[in-house]
Amino acid sequence: MFSDPDFLKLIFGRLTLDAIPYHEPILVVTFLAVVLGGIALIGLITYYRFWGTLWRDWLTSVDHKKIGIMYIILALVMLLRGFSDAIMMRLQQAMAFGGSEGYLPPHHYDQVFTAHGVIMIFFMAMPFVTGLMNFVVPLQIGARDVSFPFLNNFSFWMTTAGAIIIMLSLFVGEFARTGWLAYPPLSGADYSPGVGVDYYIWGLQIAGIGTTLSGINLIATIVKMRAPGMTMMKMPVFTWTSLCTNVLIVATFPVLTATLALLTLDRYAGTNFFTNDLGGNPMMYVNLIWIWGHPEVYILILPAFGIFSEVVATFCGKRLFGYASMVYATVVITILSYIVWLHHFFTMGSGASVNAFFGITTMIISIPTGAKMFNWLFTMYRGRIRFEVPMLWTIGFMVTFVLGGMTGVLLAVPPADFVLHNSLFLIAHFHNVIIGGVVFGLMAGVVYWFPKAFGFRLDPFWGKMSFWFWLTGFYFAFMPLYVLGLMGVTRRVSQFEDSSLQIWFVIAAFGAFLIALGILSMLIQLVVSFVRREELRDITGDPWDGRTLEWSTASPPPDYNFAFTPLVHDQDSWWDMKKRGHSRPLAGFKPIHMPKNTGTGVILGAISVVFAFAMVWYIWWLAILSFVAMVVIAIGHTFNYDRDFHIPANVVADTEGKRTEVLAVEVQA
Amino acid sequence: MSTHAPSHEDAFQAHHGHSHGQDAGHGTLKSYVTGFVLSVILTAIPFWLVMADVLDSALLTAAIIMALGAVQIVVHMVFFLHMNTRSEGGWTMMALIFTILLVAIALSGSLWVMHHLNTNMMPMSPEMMKNMP
Repeated sequence: MFSDPDFLKLIFGRLTLDAIPYHEPILVVTFLAVVLGGIALIGLITYYRFWGTLWRDWLTSVDHKKIGIMYIILALVMLLRGFSDAIMMRLQQAMAFGGSEGYLPPHHYDQVFTAHGVIMIFFMAMPFVTGLMNFVVPLQIGARDVSFPFLNNFSFWMTTAGAIIIMLSLFVGEFARTGWLAYPPLSGADYSPGVGVDYYIWGLQIAGIGTTLSGINLIATIVKMRAPGMTMMKMPVFTWTSLCTNVLIVATFPVLTATLALLTLDRYAGTNFFTNDLGGNPMMYVNLIWIWGHPEVYILILPAFGIFSEVVATFCGKRLFGYASMVYATVVITILSYIVWLHHFFTMGSGASVNAFFGITTMIISIPTGAKMFNWLFTMYRGRIRFEVPMLWTIGFMVTFVLGGMTGVLLAVPPADFVLHNSLFLIAHFHNVIIGGVVFGLMAGVVYWFPKAFGFRLDPFWGKMSFWFWLTGFYFAFMPLYVLGLMGVTRRVSQFEDSSLQIWFVIAAFGAFLIALGILSMLIQLVVSFVRREELRDITGDPWDGRTLEWSTASPPPDYNFAFTPLVHDQDSWWDMKKRGHSRPLAGFKPIHMPKNTGTGVILGAISVVFAFAMVWYIWWLAILSFVAMVVIAIGHTFNYDRDFHIPANVVADTEGKRTEVLAVEVQA
Repeated sequence: MSTHAPSHEDAFQAHHGHSHGQDAGHGTLKSYVTGFVLSVILTAIPFWLVMADVLDSALLTAAIIMALGAVQIVVHMVFFLHMNTRSEGGWTMMALIFTILLVAIALSGSLWVMHHLNTNMMPMSPEMMKNMP
């Protein structure tokens, strides 16, 4: 019975032992490292008896702060994975010259660059941004949680499920070899018959559910749950940029979902939306995916702009210059980001009028961005600037991002793009804006809000090391790519003939090594800060002399965030409260209504991994079973009426009383 | 601030309390029936047009069906989703306008781009396409 191939096919679909890449030494070593690391982690959790806490207080938590932190942990883990891909590519390209094939065979190299792009955008930058918004936005608007706390937990687990599916492809089967946007016809059934593109599709679709739901959740939170008195034009800038980002998410992710669903139909059901014949049109895929793809880059950069606005205002001790213009610039970017998508495929063959229109709109979008840059500069002008680590990242960003923006405007000129399209110049450009903009912003955000999340600051020495390694590493790694791009070297090439190009790739590899030191410094920074946490402890809850409401509560904030909902009278409401001699309310506490933790999100996430795995390998019985299980559990959850509880007034009084004592000791000392 | 603390808590309750759609009405029986009848009529006409082969021009039939579909969407929004310019302090209207704007950009943009592409690329029959290298 077990030797019958039809029977095995019924049980395992197209999954066979050959799918396990035990003949690839790189993957075997990686697998062993992952297994050893996993065993060590499980051992540590067991040794410290952390399982109960992990399940009750973290995995099942509906607290926006904990979910935000978990998102950022996910992002950091995926940063390590995506960066290993990057350094593998840099090594390969520095080696593979003059007949040498390097150490990565082309089919492996193609998977590496695809995985690098997919992971860095969908599973590093997106969770990082969502995590920071999750943590910060409710605190900044004086709310106790997001609008739909369970949905928030569910969104996180769907994103994590997507990440797990992508990681699975490393050890079971293969990943897509198509580039990060999987253009057909290459990604169609004819040219990519393997499981790689299917892993890509299901990983993104499942993570996309999480992203869309979390977008809806945060929009509802910002629109409906602001503290009394906080009108739209009194919202902190980070909250504004978060609102615009989530509007973009909700408006564009359905386009991605629909496009990938059509590609799925092409691959699974034999339809011809994007095939070469029978009326299909692969160009339509490129058109649709960039209708999502261009707003996506603004989804990433807008929150970073918000972080820089908060950091600049705080560390210059001044109100942000041009608040209203900042808000309008953000809104204008939100709208304009929808009418520039064609600049990603100027060379596709549209005529001059189409290319001219999209070239001009692309140049126009740099105007509001430039306005923001001047606002930050004028905020710094005559400010009392404190060069703490978040401010260093901000200044590094301002210099680097302007460079990237200028090469972007250069690429927006269609005739220039015809020369530079798909060259390393383009690669250098978008890494210039994504690293110099998004990553620097996220790093600034982590250092800035870390004391709020954990009650102690990050070690400044290792923070500065990390910053300087990242900054110099970035320039070493990507300036050579501009040069190579101008010389006509195209992207996604694993071997080169012309050995005169090698020196540039070696410089770029050195830059990647410096960035590796930057990431290492960041990890050391986390460990050192944890060890020195008593010295770095912040008792006041306001370590940077902040301006917005998140600094008015304790660090880390209590489960309920604010014992009393603050009343807002001005922008920079916490600054305003401090100036007017605000004192903490010490009595009159009331019971606080809170949502209860639930394991449904984790369970649904886990089953969706099984579902995706079954779909990828054509294990139809398992796919049906897991899909039914998901629907049943989701419906079952709606009958769970035991969803909330009240924190009694005396517990609130206790918590607040302890803080009063701590603050009093601080004042005496 | 501290002296006014309890009133803040009241403000909090009023702001975040468990009131479902306080400004969006729930509709009356009459409005639901009106919506239902309109939907049925708007659905029946396209079926009749196609099944009884009323019009000679297939293009005209398709255009009428598209138009009726658009009207159907409006009927659903007004009678079943209770959307008007005042609900939720104008936010639903703003979201609707934004959605329509984006859908219009994506649709008209795609049509324009793909049309341009088709006219600018070398003309090709399906047979030629099939025999491409």
